[in-house]
Amino acid sequence: MSGGTGAVRGLSIRGLTRTFPGQGRAAPTLALQPTDLDVAPGEFVSILGPSGCGKSTLLRIVAGLDRPTAGGVTLNGRQVTRPGPDRGMVFQSYTLFPWLTVAQNIGFGLRERGLPEGQVRAISEKFIARTGLRGFENHWPRQLSGGMQQRTALARALANDPEILLLDEPFGALDHQTRELMQELLLEVWGSDTPDTRKTVLFVTHDIDEAVFLANRVLVMSARPGRVKAEVPVPLPYPRDWTVKTSPEFATLKARLMAEIREEVRKAALA
Amino acid sequence: MEPLKPVSATARLLLGIGFFALFIGLWALVTLGGFVQPLFLASPGQALAAGWSLFTEYNFLGDIGMTVWRVLGGFLVAALMAVPLGLMMGAYKPVEAFFEPFISFARYLPASAFIPLLILWAGVGEAQKLSVIILGSVFQIVIMVAVIAGATRIDLVEAAYTLGARQGGILRRVIIPAAAPQVMEALRLVLGWAWTYVIVAELIGAQSGIGHMIMDSQRLLDTGQMIFGIVVIGLIGLVTDLLFKALNRRLFRWASL
Ligand SMILES: Nc1ncnc2c1ncn2[C@@H]1O[C@H](COP(=O)(O)OP(=O)(O)OP(=O)(O)O)[C@@H](O)[C@H]1O
Ligand SMILES: [Mg+2]
Repeated sequence: MSGGTGAVRGLSIRGLTRTFPGQGRAAPTLALQPTDLDVAPGEFVSILGPSGCGKSTLLRIVAGLDRPTAGGVTLNGRQVTRPGPDRGMVFQSYTLFPWLTVAQNIGFGLRERGLPEGQVRAISEKFIARTGLRGFENHWPRQLSGGMQQRTALARALANDPEILLLDEPFGALDHQTRELMQELLLEVWGSDTPDTRKTVLFVTHDIDEAVFLANRVLVMSARPGRVKAEVPVPLPYPRDWTVKTSPEFATLKARLMAEIREEVRKAALA
Repeated sequence: MEPLKPVSATARLLLGIGFFALFIGLWALVTLGGFVQPLFLASPGQALAAGWSLFTEYNFLGDIGMTVWRVLGGFLVAALMAVPLGLMMGAYKPVEAFFEPFISFARYLPASAFIPLLILWAGVGEAQKLSVIILGSVFQIVIMVAVIAGATRIDLVEAAYTLGARQGGILRRVIIPAAAPQVMEALRLVLGWAWTYVIVAELIGAQSGIGHMIMDSQRLLDTGQMIFGIVVIGLIGLVTDLLFKALNRRLFRWASL
């Protein structure tokens, strides 16, 4: 299936539009204006935008969980039509399977794909170690803190070795300190691959610090109906640790994004 | 007392036993105190004595065994038919659209009203007794299981899809495990109702069983035996309920965390 010589590598979004039909007599909601976006393999892109601007809608269409009204998405030359293990997702809500232990949750995708049990164990083990879940393998999700649950969700998505990671405000429900720890953990896990085998990441957030700290490129979305209204490269070198948050470059980027986003948040609030 | 505040295990046990004690005390008071005639209501002591003679002289154990087998047999057949259908209805909306209206209608048909018809069709043997229980349980289970399976968290289904699950995997490894604890709870509830159907079935055209014994005792105006029979039904119900609960806790430890 993956295209020949001319195929576009990475993620390519063209004219992506989504209108939700109105309930009953209500007018339909235009959630996403025609949007174009290209993400090269190994890029870490943050998507920043006010509430309701269509960030989740965009990510869900890329995941194949929602269908666009117009336009389309290709990943490494293949048209996205339905969800698949090549696009791993971590949701804002806790979506671990409560009847499976941490280790079983992480192995879920591998088992679904019919890998032999020995391999499932070995791969799960690797990601348990990478995400700092040692000692929690046999816990049930209900026994874990929010941060631990999202670690597990991340490990579960990574274990499938997806081509792209779709992260929809994965740390949105965590307290500030835990969230900062998780950001560092995410960068660490992502950076543990060599630069040319790193996962492509789409990271949705409405936290400016988080967007800048993680990404090599930040997209700002307009208030609903959403579109990409600004694109800000983040020229800070990887590996990054928390100290970059205190650097002057960081402050400059943050100020710029704040100006962009304030305008949109105000529009969203008045809408 | 504070609203919704849990109570300790010992206090729970003592309170639970307390009401039993109060109930038996009141019973003893109205009977031994002469407030009702012995013809209508035996005292706790008389009921116990009647129970003793039931076991030693009338093979009551055989009656109990018969009734238990009918309840469990009918209930198992009903569950084996209803749970898969309920799961399919919950998971697949066209299946639900096909069966749901009929089952919602059928579930209001009183099982006991079918007894005369069932006797006509199946005689007064075991098939008829089981049919009453199956008829009384099957539609209830289907509807409850369908609702439970249909309420599976959609975000878990979506997560499974993004991990590479297909249709069959979603049903077998998301919808069914997610629904399992509540399905078992629903079965526990319906098993309780099955006990009421079996007794009704045994009151008419039966040669054995607790219900039959109660019917016989009425002819002899032996209120002690009748009450003892009713109490035994309650006790068996209580014990199966506790066993069922314990089984669910063992099977679904994750759900009770
Ligand atoms: N299934 C749906 N049916 C109807 N409208 C929807 C549906 N899903 C989303 N919408 C609408 O589309 C718009 C964009 O929603 P979306 O969830 O993508 O926003 P978001 O940017 O992720 O917001 P948040 O930051 O609050 O998560 C919202 O106005 C929302 O009400
Ligand atoms: Mg969202």
